[in-house]
Amino acid sequence: MAKEFWRWKEYNWKSENIDWKGGTTISAGVDVGSVSSQVVILVDGELFAYSNMRTGSDSPMSAQNAMNWALEKTDMKLEDIHYVVGTGYGRVNVPFANKTITEIACHARGANFMYGNTVRTLIDMGGQDCKAIQCDEKGKVVNFLMNDKCAAGTGRGMEVFADLLSLSIEDVGELSFQIDEEPEPVSSTCVIFAKSEATRLLRDGWPKNKVLAAYSSAMAHRVVTLLERIGIQKDFAITGGIAKNIGVVNRLQKEIGIETLKTDYDTQIAGALGAALFGKVLAEKAKK
Amino acid sequence: MLLYLGRSWQKKQKNKMIANFGYKDGSGEFFITIDTDKCNGCGDCIPVCPAGVLEIRENEFDPLAEDQMAAVKEEHRKKIKYSCAPCKSDKSSHTEPCISVCELNAITHSW
Repeated sequence: MAKEFWRWKEYNWKSENIDWKGGTTISAGVDVGSVSSQVVILVDGELFAYSNMRTGSDSPMSAQNAMNWALEKTDMKLEDIHYVVGTGYGRVNVPFANKTITEIACHARGANFMYGNTVRTLIDMGGQDCKAIQCDEKGKVVNFLMNDKCAAGTGRGMEVFADLLSLSIEDVGELSFQIDEEPEPVSSTCVIFAKSEATRLLRDGWPKNKVLAAYSSAMAHRVVTLLERIGIQKDFAITGGIAKNIGVVNRLQKEIGIETLKTDYDTQIAGALGAALFGKVLAEKAKK
Repeated sequence: MLLYLGRSWQKKQKNKMIANFGYKDGSGEFFITIDTDKCNGCGDCIPVCPAGVLEIRENEFDPLAEDQMAAVKEEHRKKIKYSCAPCKSDKSSHTEPCISVCELNAITHSW
């Protein structure tokens, strides 16, 4: 089988410092996205374990797999979790969810936790859509805009390009800076059109990295037009898989002239993290 | 009285949100915007829409509140350019029925 350049690493993680058996509220968030699925488990609001894997063609199965994987390193069982919130594109297909919440609310809440309460503008660059969100100091949505009709400027677009150029998806960010000069962005952000444009550029003798740079800046530009509609206020942060792509992030920062916040958390878990945080509040409400 | 005013102000602040339903593509930007600060969930906009685009539902973007708001139905969200086309091309009136019926001016269109 040919090498799959788009394939990113799936992984799970568990905190070494938390004894979950001593916790009073255990909540979980399950984010079944169009491309990736994440599960976050919180013990009294502290990050205990998480997993991140590819969404399969079967959403309930993907939710179950991601949950199993998050639990794998722990001795916790699904029954030990008090409250599960489902979110994301496939949220209605999480069989063990107590409640579903839209990913827009979850991302705002998750980013508030990850980046601190100074975040006011947030862009989630997900697998198949982009969401521009404004939120307040509590992580509550104040204004939002979602574009899920078109995959331009999303992770899927970057995957297509990684495959086209035979470059690993985890390296494309760095590689897009290994160029002599910044090229013009590709004229179309539509993944299909941009791909055929890139094919022509390659034929014209452009090096791979330059094509990548042209696509990365087109992607950054497209997101900026979304952001402009809701307005950009400081502090600004990015969640989702593209937040890990320095090629897009740096070009985006340059275009809007605002630095993005940095975090040690995995940006892909923002949605599931927000869901788990809501789960904690809802579980406490249910107990009363 | 002052206390009452203070409370009502707080409540309003609590629900303040702008929701944009729609999409942007090569042909333009098509968003129906609901200002939840103004929308009281009265439902006057529902029957006047010939395409049945709007509905009253829970504010799903604030899961901890329980207020109701007008929103674009999921099945129309990605095609509102076409769903709203009959009203947009109706030259006999200057504003769309959903916009003009809303006394609180909670609904706006981007196109």
